Amino acid sequence: MKHPVLILLLLCALALPARAQDAFTAGLTGLGTGFNQTAEAVDRLGASGDPRALPLLRALADGRLLRQADGTLLIRGDAGVQDALTNAAAEAAGAEPVRLNNRVRVALRGALGRLQLVSPDPADRQAAAEAVFRSRSAENVPLLDAALARETVPAIRARLALALAASRLMADDPQNKLLGVTALGATSSPEARAVLLEARATNPAIAAQIEEAVAAIDQRLAVRRAAETLFQGLSLGSVLLLAALGLAVTFGVMGVINMAHGEFVMLGAYTTFIVQEALRGIPMLAPWSLPLAVPAAFLVTAACGAAMERGLIRHLYGRPLETLLMTFGVGMMIQQSVRLAFGAQNREIISPPWMQGTLMLPGEIAVTQNRLWILVFSLVILGLTVAAIRFTRFGLEMRAVTQKRAIAASMGIRTGHMDALTFAFGSGIAGIAGVALSQIDNVSPNLGTGYIIDSFLVVVFGGVGSLAGTLVGAFGLGIINKILEPWAGAVLAKVFVLVAAMLFIQRKPRGLFAQKGRAAEA
Amino acid sequence: MSLAVAPPVADARLRLGLRAGLGIFVLLLGIMPLLNLLPVTHPLHVSDFLVSVTGKWICYAILALSLDLAWGYAGILSLGHGAFFALGGYAMGMHLMRLIGPRGVYGHPVLPDFMVFLGYQELPWYWLGFDSFPFAMLMVLLVPGMLALIVGFLSFRSRITGVYLSILTQAMTFALMLAFFRNDMGFGGNNGFTDFKELLGFALNTSAARAGLFYASLVALVLSFLICLRLTRSKYGRVLTAIRDAESRVRFLGYNTTSHKLFAFVLSAMLAGLAGALYVPQVGIINPGEFSPANSIEAVIWVAVGGRGTLVGAVLGAFTVNGLKTWLTSAAPDLWLFVLGALFVAVTLFLPKGLIGLIKGRVQ
Amino acid sequence: MSEGRRLYLDGVSVVFDGFRALNNLSLIVEPGELRSVIGPNGAGKTTMMDVITGKTRPTAGKVLFGETDLTRMDEAGIANLGIGRKFQKPTMFDALTVFENLELALKAPRGPIACLRWKLNGEARTRIEQTMAEIGLTERAQDLAGILSHGQRQWLEIGMLLMQDPELLLVDEPVAGMTDSETEHTAALLVRIAGRRSVVVVEHDLEFVRALGRRVTVLCDGSVLSEGSIDHVQNDQRVIEVYLGR
Repeated sequence: MKHPVLILLLLCALALPARAQDAFTAGLTGLGTGFNQTAEAVDRLGASGDPRALPLLRALADGRLLRQADGTLLIRGDAGVQDALTNAAAEAAGAEPVRLNNRVRVALRGALGRLQLVSPDPADRQAAAEAVFRSRSAENVPLLDAALARETVPAIRARLALALAASRLMADDPQNKLLGVTALGATSSPEARAVLLEARATNPAIAAQIEEAVAAIDQRLAVRRAAETLFQGLSLGSVLLLAALGLAVTFGVMGVINMAHGEFVMLGAYTTFIVQEALRGIPMLAPWSLPLAVPAAFLVTAACGAAMERGLIRHLYGRPLETLLMTFGVGMMIQQSVRLAFGAQNREIISPPWMQGTLMLPGEIAVTQNRLWILVFSLVILGLTVAAIRFTRFGLEMRAVTQKRAIAASMGIRTGHMDALTFAFGSGIAGIAGVALSQIDNVSPNLGTGYIIDSFLVVVFGGVGSLAGTLVGAFGLGIINKILEPWAGAVLAKVFVLVAAMLFIQRKPRGLFAQKGRAAEA
Repeated sequence: MSLAVAPPVADARLRLGLRAGLGIFVLLLGIMPLLNLLPVTHPLHVSDFLVSVTGKWICYAILALSLDLAWGYAGILSLGHGAFFALGGYAMGMHLMRLIGPRGVYGHPVLPDFMVFLGYQELPWYWLGFDSFPFAMLMVLLVPGMLALIVGFLSFRSRITGVYLSILTQAMTFALMLAFFRNDMGFGGNNGFTDFKELLGFALNTSAARAGLFYASLVALVLSFLICLRLTRSKYGRVLTAIRDAESRVRFLGYNTTSHKLFAFVLSAMLAGLAGALYVPQVGIINPGEFSPANSIEAVIWVAVGGRGTLVGAVLGAFTVNGLKTWLTSAAPDLWLFVLGALFVAVTLFLPKGLIGLIKGRVQ
Repeated sequence: MSEGRRLYLDGVSVVFDGFRALNNLSLIVEPGELRSVIGPNGAGKTTMMDVITGKTRPTAGKVLFGETDLTRMDEAGIANLGIGRKFQKPTMFDALTVFENLELALKAPRGPIACLRWKLNGEARTRIEQTMAEIGLTERAQDLAGILSHGQRQWLEIGMLLMQDPELLLVDEPVAGMTDSETEHTAALLVRIAGRRSVVVVEHDLEFVRALGRRVTVLCDGSVLSEGSIDHVQNDQRVIEVYLGR
């Protein structure tokens, strides 16, 4: 029986360079001759840590490892059959697959895990770290120690450290066990918590330390959950802020109730789509289509706003209920026009690469990039709006007209002109909101419908006429919504927030940041 | 009735003319189901479709009347009247669901199909009693009435008026829509209620039952009209008008405007609930879409088109706009939303008193 | 304690955003008294009316009507106690006729049901017709209030005040827009009423105040500057400085 193997070994010795005459080739001995011999060979290969062993063992696991009568090992791959040692193309005729039994399979699982730990492919190493963590055996401790020392990718290091700590917990000596407990307790992983809880039953001696470690994890998890809820709340708040900001100008400052506001947001999103399509053929500009869509959307919706104010709304000043109905009708027509022009289905907006993916903040707090950008963007737009109202000539005249129209007119301000500009400004902000919302919402003709009620509630909740109120209102409602969500569910949380906002407005009709004094009496 | 409150002569003639017109209109409506019985070949035959669609419009006209009472007379522009309509419809739907009994797909003796499907073991407490017709009819009025009482009391007491109140009522119907979409509310979620079998012992799919529902709706419309007429022609109606035009001045005269508005709002919600209850067995379905804010605001435009602040106008508007809708949505479906949008714009800008105002202008 | 006091304001202050519209104002009006209140613009005359009628809540101080604390009541409650107000800018219901405006003001149960069941009886009609004769609007009974001239609106609002049959009448600039003879008529009317009721008149027209010929209170910067007969206040140096001297 051993004769062919000897020949194989001799052949190998001749065929391979001297340095390859090592644990790998030695480990192959006996592979495929019998279940026990195969299992032993698998164990040896696993211990060798040689990267060449990995494809071979994988082939074995998949039933793609063939053995010819002379002992030559072949691997059947997608591209045909190759010699397992030389990678040269080979003839499969007469070769038999190496057979497996349960013992071999168990050996394979362990060996593959160990080998993957040293694989040059990070995905392999990640998978191996997971596998070793799940199998948890004290034998893996030295191996993991070594792997951890080599590993450079932070995410894999974290998994390896977790696997190492969990494996230590299975060791016999208490010293090692305690090291494991301490290391697990230093993580903020729910898996580590589960491992610790499992170990508590079998290790009464160190139960106290385990309890302590679990408590430490719980605390960190709670902090992370809170941070993530906060971020989600801020993110929702930023969406509400963007949607409501334009309304805070047109309704809050001017007192014009514009039910087509949501449609302006929708027009902004469609402008983003048009800009994207227009720049598709220009390689230099195409990656910048999203930033370029911001001024484009502002201009488009501002123009629509100005036209609507001059053409329709100004005839209804002083009749808010009629304005409400009229603008609703305009919104309906805008929506139907877009539906006919672009179809009712969703339009795809491509996110630039820098807005994709997830960012890991310290403490394993996951933050999606696009939502983070929208949060920053909303604050920038708020800042610009405040600056435009506070520090520019336009803002000064706008405030003058809305506060004392007659006096402003007597000072030479063209009040009609200012009305149109102010309304255009607020509508333009709605368009900018549409650019941002195109990143997280479906760009369809009824995009705006979902935002109009929320926006009005935010503006009224915050206090009409106060941008600070709009800010606090948006983030307040956003965060409350996300806090309620885990125990009420998304829909019910939204219902609760709506009801709460309604009740709040009934208690404080002037909102959080109420304007006081005689101005508010009117 | 008396010289003192009698309106000017031209106005009185016009009002008489409008009333006569309305009376003839009601008579015409009344013979429609009879004409339906004529052979199809007869020139006066009225199709099943026209009868059923007219039955719907009658319910819409009741909704328009109720909205007119709140908006046209008391100045409360409710953008949530669709919610009262839908709640009345749901109350009726619950009764109809209970009447299905073991005839459902799953054949459960008590539980409606959707409850069996969702794994309910027994009827939720708020479904109890709905097998009784009088109880269900009471709920048709009480549930919308209670909601109006709560929302109205909180709002009117806090002196929330105008567009603020409009937005609040819109948020109310929006919140209800979201809530009713949920399966675990026990109202059939997305699908709502359908597959009704019978009402008061009559199978709903017979033409006799359809005619019965048609006449019930017509009677309800006439009664609602008379109630509104009695209300608006009384001193109470004049108080409402006064509140609409100068609420704070009415307070300084010693009227507690909160209770006056509340009375009108609750009554209006009840009428809307009644309209919804008559509507549901005729269309055979009720689902959360009825709570959609767009429905409520569409009802507002019926009243605006007809002429708010006049009862005939509300009825006229409901029939005109819905007639237009039925015709256009089959003739040119893409056009309908444009036309509806344009109606909003045109009525507010050019026809603030609606069709009735137009007629009045012609007469005077 | 309140013997001889119809209306009692004690140390009333109203602060809007740091601005003191009323500053520790105290005022006593006796039953049957006719009191004129004058003062420059922004002296707090209208704010005082607002505080008494419940439109504005005082920041500090007491407002008593007889024994009743008005600061806890709303406008309707105060009006029903018997305090009627005529506004500086005549306000009524333009969509209703003159007759209907007066009918709404007529003292009667105010609840929704009561209004629904209200029947205009002979007594009520007589009262309305008498009042229309008094204010010279009998001919216009069936006209909408919205088409009346400014002077007629003034009269109609005075008429509405009379219909309320109040214990205390607060009258803000009743003669603005009236002819001389109308002004005289109004003065005579107010003097006649004052025998049975308490009347507080806010007015700019000093001739009118002189014609009323009763006690005058001068307000300035939210508190009482001077009080006494018209001759007394007209000779008060402080009054001359802030008001008459200008």
